[in-house]
Order: sequence, then C-alpha cells, then structure tokens
Amino acid sequence: MTFPGLFNYWVAIALMMIGFYVVIAQENLVKKVVGLNIFQVSVFVFYISISKVKGGSAPILSDGIELYANPLPHVLILTAIVVGVATMALALALVVRIQDAYGTVEEDEIREREESS
Amino acid sequence: MNPATVILACIAVPVVGALLVMLTDRRPNLRESVTLLSAATLFALVLSLHRGVAAGARPEVLVAEMMPGLSIAFAVEPLGMLFALVASFLWIVTSVYSIGYMRGHHETNQTRFYACFALALASTMGVAFAGNLLTLFIFYEVLTLSTYPLVIHAGTDEARRAGRLYLGLLLGTSIAFLLVAIIWTWSATGTLDFTPGGIVRGSVPDSAVAILLVLYVFGVGKAAVMPFHRWLPAAMVAPTPVSALLHAVAVVKAGVFTILKITVYVFGLDVVRQAATSEWLQYAAAATIVLASLVALTRDNLKARLAYSTVSQLSYIVLGAMLATTGSIVGGGLHLVAHAFGKITLFFCAGAIAVASHKTEVSQMRGIGRAMPVTTFAFFVGSLSVIGLPPLGGLWGKWYLALGALEADQAIMVAVLMVSSLLNIAYLMPIPFRGFFAGRENARDGAPDDRGAGILEAPLTCLVAISASALASVALFLFPDPVFDLLRQLVTP
Amino acid sequence: MIAGHLPVLLVVLPLMAAPVCVLLRRPAWAWTVAALASWGAFVAAIGLLLQVLDGGPISYPIGGWAAPWGIEYRLDMAGAFVAVIVSAIGAIVVPYARASIEREVAADRIYLFYCMYLLCLAGLLGITATGDAFNLFVFLEIASLSSYVMIALAQDRRALTAAYRYLIMGTIGATFYLIGVGLMYMMTGTLNMADLALRLPAVAETRTILAALAFLTVGICLKLALFPLHLWLPNAYTYAPSAVSAFLAATATKVAVYVLIRVYFTIFANVDVFETMFLREVLMALAVLAMLSASAIAVFQTNIKRMLAYSSLAQIGYMVLGINFATLTGLTGGIIHLFNHALMKGALFMAVGCVVFRLQAANLDTIEGLGRRMPATMAAFVVGGLSLIGVPLTVGFVSKWTLVLAAIELNMWSIVVAIVGSSLLAIAYVWRVVEISFFKPTPEGAPAIAEAPLSMLIPTWLLAGACLWFGIDASTTLSVARASAAFLLGGAP
Repeated sequence: MTFPGLFNYWVAIALMMIGFYVVIAQENLVKKVVGLNIFQVSVFVFYISISKVKGGSAPILSDGIELYANPLPHVLILTAIVVGVATMALALALVVRIQDAYGTVEEDEIREREESS
Repeated sequence: MNPATVILACIAVPVVGALLVMLTDRRPNLRESVTLLSAATLFALVLSLHRGVAAGARPEVLVAEMMPGLSIAFAVEPLGMLFALVASFLWIVTSVYSIGYMRGHHETNQTRFYACFALALASTMGVAFAGNLLTLFIFYEVLTLSTYPLVIHAGTDEARRAGRLYLGLLLGTSIAFLLVAIIWTWSATGTLDFTPGGIVRGSVPDSAVAILLVLYVFGVGKAAVMPFHRWLPAAMVAPTPVSALLHAVAVVKAGVFTILKITVYVFGLDVVRQAATSEWLQYAAAATIVLASLVALTRDNLKARLAYSTVSQLSYIVLGAMLATTGSIVGGGLHLVAHAFGKITLFFCAGAIAVASHKTEVSQMRGIGRAMPVTTFAFFVGSLSVIGLPPLGGLWGKWYLALGALEADQAIMVAVLMVSSLLNIAYLMPIPFRGFFAGRENARDGAPDDRGAGILEAPLTCLVAISASALASVALFLFPDPVFDLLRQLVTP
Repeated sequence: MIAGHLPVLLVVLPLMAAPVCVLLRRPAWAWTVAALASWGAFVAAIGLLLQVLDGGPISYPIGGWAAPWGIEYRLDMAGAFVAVIVSAIGAIVVPYARASIEREVAADRIYLFYCMYLLCLAGLLGITATGDAFNLFVFLEIASLSSYVMIALAQDRRALTAAYRYLIMGTIGATFYLIGVGLMYMMTGTLNMADLALRLPAVAETRTILAALAFLTVGICLKLALFPLHLWLPNAYTYAPSAVSAFLAATATKVAVYVLIRVYFTIFANVDVFETMFLREVLMALAVLAMLSASAIAVFQTNIKRMLAYSSLAQIGYMVLGINFATLTGLTGGIIHLFNHALMKGALFMAVGCVVFRLQAANLDTIEGLGRRMPATMAAFVVGGLSLIGVPLTVGFVSKWTLVLAAIELNMWSIVVAIVGSSLLAIAYVWRVVEISFFKPTPEGAPAIAEAPLSMLIPTWLLAGACLWFGIDASTTLSVARASAAFLLGGAP
C-alpha cells in the first residue's frame, strides 16, 4: 500500500487520542470542551476517509464523472457536525453558567467550593 | 353459599374489617364491635367449611392468573382447615382480650393496631387456604409486612431495632432461600400446586431434593429454626395481644404450617425420609428444641422466656415434619393446635399481670397469685399443656411425636423430647408456684412488701379470654377426635 | 389513513410541538401543548403496539425511500413495547410537572423546559421506532442534549456541574457509538439494521467488526450507566428538578438498555456476540458488580434522590444481566424489568418530588414523621419501595422471579446469589426511609405541611397503582415481553 495508504486513519486515531486525553486530563472546563471537540472531529475525519474511492472525484453529478467518492458518509457527517455544534454550544453555555455560579471554571476549585458550601 | 365463595369471604372479611376499623377511628366502642363482629363472622365462615373438608371435599377457587401458568388460587385441605379454625377461633378470644388490655394499658395508635391485626388475620387465612406455593408465598410475605407495624407499635428506639430485626430476618430468609427454592421447584417440575404425594418425585434429582429441603426449612424464617430465630424474642416488644395471637399462633404457626404443608404436598413423606439432609435437619430442630429451652431458663423477663419457649416448641413441629412418618406428621399437627391454645393462655396471663401490676420480670412475681388467682391458675393450666401433661391437650402432640420418632428409628429424638419436657417444667412451673406460695416468707425479710397490695385482678374482658383459652386446652385433651380425624386424612391417601 | 403513519407520528408529534412551546412562551400554554403532544404520542404508541400484536413488525420508509437506501422506521414487538412505556411515562409526568416545575425552575424558563421535555421525548421515541443505525445516533443525541438542558434548569448550582459532567460522558458515549456504526458501515456498506444483520456474519471475524462491537458496547454502556461507567448518573438525578429525575430515571436509561438489545439481537442477530472477546463474562461481571456495589452504596445515602439514583444503577445491572443470559427467559426478564423498573422508579422519584415540593429537600433527617403529614405520598413511596425489594403482588416480584428463573435454568447459582443479595440490600435502603417517615414521631417545631397537590398525587399514584396492577396481573406484560424476546432471539441461527 502506497502513501498515503492508511495515513488518514492514523491521523484520526491520533486526533482521537489527543482529544480523549485532553478531556480526561484537563481540569479546566473550557479546555475539556475543546478536547471533546477534537475527539468528535477525529470521527468526522474517519468517516470522510472511509468514503474515499481511489481515483474518484467529489460526488457531484456532472458529465464525464464515472468514479466518485461515496456521498453517504459525507451526508452523515454533515448531520454529525450539526450535532457536534449543538453539543459544543450547550457545553459552552453550561460553562458560562458555571462561571456565574461558582466564579471559576477550574474543576478542583469548583469541587472545593461545593464542599465548603 | 358455595364453598368457593366462602373461601374468598374468609380473606375478604378481615380486610373489610380492617377498612371499617379505620373508618370508625373516632368511636372506639364501635371500632371494637367491628373487630369482634368480623372475628365472629370469620370463625363462622371457616367453621362452615369444616364439615365438607372433614368428609373429604377439597373446595378450590382460582382468583387470578398472575403469570402464565402461575396463579393465585386457594384450595382447602385438612391441615389448612385446622390451622384456619385455630387462628380464627383465637382471633375472637384475642379480640375480647385486646379490648381490656389496650384500654387498661392506655396504648396509643389503637386504630392502627386493630386494622393491622385484621390484615394479619386475612393473610393468615390466605396462608392456610393457599392452593399452591406461589399463593402461600404471597400471603406469607403480606403477613410479615402487616405484622411489622404491630411489632414496632411502641415507637421507641428499642421497638424500631426489633422491627428491623423482625423484617430483616423474615423478609431476608424468605427472599434468599424460600423464593429461590420455589423458583427452583417451578423450574424443575413445572407446577407449584399442592398435590397429595408431592410434586418433586421423579422430576428432581436426589441431590437437588436434599438442597431444596434445606432451603425450604431455613427459608421459612417464621418457623424460627436456629440460627434464624432471633426475630421472635425481638418481636416481644409488641403489645401482648400481638405476642399472644401472632407470635404464639398466627405468624409462627404459619411458619411451621408451611413446613408441614411442603413436607406433605410438595415433597411427599417418603421423599423427605429418603432425602440426604432430612436427618441433619432433624438434628437442627432437636438442637433448637434443647438450646432454646436452656435460653428460656436464663430469661427473667416473662415474655422473653415465653418467646424462647415458643422457639423451642416450634421445632417440635419441624422435627415432626422432618421425621416424616405417619405418627410424626399427626403429632406435628396436634402440637400445632395444642401449643396454640397453651401458649396463648400463657401470653394472655403475662399481659394481664403487666396490665394489673406493671410487673414484667419473673423475679417480681412472687405472691402475685393471691392478688390475681384466676390469672395465675390459668397460667398453671397453660404451663401444664405446654409441658404436655394430662389432663391437657399438649399431651397428644408429644405422644404422637414420640411414636413417630420410634417409627423412624430415631430413639434419640424421644430422649430429646423428654429432656425438653423437663426443661419446660423448670422454666414454666416456678412462676405459678412462686405466685401462689412465695409471698409470705418474703414479707418476713423486712423488705418493703407491696406484693399483692393494691393489685387487683385483670380487666374482666381479659379474664374471660384467659378462661376461654385455658378451657379450650382442657377440651382438647378430652375431645381430640375432630382434630385427629382431619389429620388422619393427611397421611392416609 | 392515520393508522398507516403512526410510526412517524409517534416521533413527529412531540418534535413539532417543541418549537410551538417556544413560540407560545406563556407557561400555561406551553404546558397545554406539551400535554397534548405527549398524550397524543401515548395514544400513537398504544395503537402501534396493537398493530404489532395484530400483524407483526411494521416497516415505514421515511419519505417513501425504500430501505436500505432510505431511512426505515421499523417497529417490532420490543420497540413498540418500549415506546408504550416511554410515552406512558411521558404522558404521566407532564401533569405532574406543572406544579413541580413551577416550584423548581425559574419562571421565565418554564416554557423552555417544556420545549426540552418534548424534544427529549421525541428523541427517546425515535430511538424505539427507527430501523437505521445512524438515525438512532441522531435521536440519541436529541434526547441527550435536551436532558442535559433539563438537568441544568434546576436552581441548585450543583445541577450545572452535574449536567456538564453528564454532557462530557454522554458525548463520549455517543461518539463511541458513532465510531462503531462507522466501522460497520465500512465493512458492510449499509446502515439499515435489518440489512446489517444479513451482511455482518460474512465479516464477523474481522478485526474491524470486533472493534465496532467494542465501541458500540462501551458507548451504549456509558449511556445506560453500567458500572463502572456510571459516574455521571448519581449527581444528575440528585440535582435535576424532580419531574426531570422521574422522567429520566424511568425512560432515558431504559431506552439505552433498549439500544443495547437492538445492537446485540437485531444488528448482530446472526453473530454469536456473547462468545466473542469474553463479552458475556465481562458484562455479566459488571452487571453483578453494579447490582451489589450500587445497592450497598445506596444504603449509606442520606439524600433520598441520590439513594434512588444508586438503586437505579443496581437495577440497570439486573437488566444487563437479563440481556446477557441471551435465553428466552433471560431476555424476557431483562425486557420485563425494563418495563417494571420504569413504573417503580417513576413512582418513587415522583413521590420524592412531592416531598421536595413541600419541604424543599428530601433528606433522611427532614422526613421524620412524614408518613403522618403526607400519608398518600409516602404510601406511594412504600409501594414503589416494596417493588424494588421484589415483594409479591408488586411488579418487582415478577421481574425477580423471571430473572432468578433464567439463572436457575442456566445453572448459574452465583448469579442467583447475587440477585438475592442485591434484593436484601434493597430491603435495607428502602426500609430506612419507611421506618423514619412512618414510625418516628414528627420532630418538635417541624413545619406544618399539607399533602402534595392533587395534580402531583394523581400521577404518582397512577404509577404506584400500575406497580400493583402489573404485579398482580402480570400475564399481559409478561406475554408481550416474552413474545418480544422470542422475536429478537428468532433471528439467531
């Protein structure tokens, strides 16, 4: 298998791991959201990669195009991106509310304030 | 009315009674009349079933199908008939007694007391008439739950602790062992109906029968086989009528009744005899008989002493079931009846003494006999019956149990029965004797002697009840035939 | 005419009603819309179940595009059954929410609550109706996102962190599911469940499909809060508004269990999933751990909502266990418990919600003597609690019976012990509440409170009554659950 070969999949996995690590390791709620986003994006990359057909062009209906990428995953990922955006918006909104209520977005400080109250 | 309706009415009457009791909360006299009326009605209904069952009829009624193949159904057979007769008759007696006791003792929450009492009786009837193991299990659990508020009636911390023990042990054993055993039986045999000759024969391998038997005997926590007996002494914090009817008759007898019934109708006598574990269970019962009697000797609180005595006496019946001979089953059934009358008399007396003199410890009761002669004499009669001496009903049960033990070549069990009788004498007899004869010498030691002074006999309703149950013990000695006739149907197919 | 479009109406009705709530803004109008939409969905679900019972699975191609290219809605017995229970809970919670939400959510956000409630309902019902693996992801996220919002609507600031944590865990779970679906698509080129079932066996041994199975399992287990992926659940249920706790506890995790069933028994119908990668052993161990550890933790909680949340974790263990048995009885047990647990947990959370309505908090120390002050509420709690324990005549007994029976049929005695052990722990945590509320005197200076308003009591008692009704007459529910299980298992070779 020649380059790029499985390159896309390696990228997807690398992004996934990076995102996952950030979600787990970060104490800052905003950074966690960022990590979550990276994690989701890795899956989008993965979906788009599986739709690629060797030598195929973009799936646009037009004369002379015989070989084209599978359009279905693209559609799916459009939906998934919408879901991802909604999640992101909600997560950030929650972080704002948490900042209002606790005066911080650091997880350890929130925990401290919850216990002291 | 046809028998099926009567059976349903037997469950419904106490339930309706409980509802009416709740409605008549504000008018105690009306409320107690409701209780008495429903008790009398119930007894009349049960009695009306007796003639048919004695003649060999087995009325049945199907209430509802709960799960596919598993239904709530009732079927009256001799043992259940007997149990229902005893429980419903003694409910009348206890109701009369309760009126005097509860008022004399100025108890609170009397409405809750009478309502739960009636519900407990309804579930007792359900246990007695259950046509299959599922129905029996349902009413067995309802009985536990409906008696729980009675146990913690006093509302003190001690009562709540006792209630926890009560509920924990009874619900715990029933879910952990009994339910599993029932489901196992269902899974193996495909039926849970009580069938003469048993249902496990042929469909359950011997090793499984052995384990099932253990699960059943210990799963029926109400039979109070050691080590699952602790709930019974704990339950003595309840008002005395509860201890008398429920913890000497309805609840505990529901336990041993269940074991007898499972022996006869689920396993079949010969299956039990041949089971690998039945001998071990006999030893467990024998150990309970002796150990509980020994513990009873050390208890100064009268009700605790009676409770341990009950634990010991219940295991007579378990022993009878595990010996699984004709004699031992009949003996177990007789003892179930006789002990009910004997022990309820003793509890009534203990309660009457507590009401009239506020004495609860055995050591305080010297000379009580002169202040309360009727009560103390009734206690004497009850003791004789529990010990098993003529001319009282307790004799028959022990006699047939001993015969059954010999039939099964278990002479050692006869010895256990004799030792136990001696222990019974040792822990019961001192109470009436000291009550009658020990007053004078005490007056001489210069201790302030208020014994007898200021104490009057118990309230009249209490005395009526006490005399009734004591006389019943005598009657059982003189006319045991009806009971025999029913029990004989059990062992002769 | 309408009957043919019921599958899509089920989802579209609440989905379309949700924006209407936002447009109307007035709480009373929003409530009316929510009520009408949820009741409509309930009627639709009942209609669907009847159709399925009558004529087998229904297939509905969205927009007329035939499967496997278009999205297919496909309702078989299991789907219709879950749709009925979800929409029933949805229809019952709405009237309850009116008073409860007014007390617990800021007034200017109430219309938003009803919007989210309807979206969540639409998402959950969509999951039951869809026959497309990717479409399921979308509905899962609709339901999840709206439930994060509903939790965060509570006044307590800890609700915000709880919602945030739920969001992170939930999104990871959903994304895992998405990866799993992607991997399956990669190997089979289809997203239709029925089509997947046909094509998967050919590639079942590939590492890609194994990875897909692993991702799907972990992702769904995050959503259904299987131990040890449950960390989001206790806080979310504790701090959410009471009506939300009741709704989510009764539906959200149940639907996640349903997704697990779908994946294992529809998508992987022709592959022996449980034999791969020790899946059976791992899931079974986790289920047992959940049953025992979560019940044990529940015993030590003082906040009643938190206690119920932990109890939910244990009950989820039962359901996963039932699925894992993968026998007819086992799967029936899992499905019937899904139904029954929705009823009992709904009733319990609603009863606690009534307490919160009057007392602002439901802790063990605030409910002393509450049984006298709010008898109807606490009686409903007792019914639900007895169900959790598995006392006969309640739905919990039916579940427990089926699950123990399944374990006995498979000779898995250690599982029997675990089920029984978890029930014993349930006695401990349920009874602490019962004892404190009914048998402790009301403390001096406790606020004089009235019973909860009827608009809350009636829904609570509807569910509590259902706990009893389907506990006594379990034939209907059991036969539907059994037929669902048979249909699901029928796909396997």
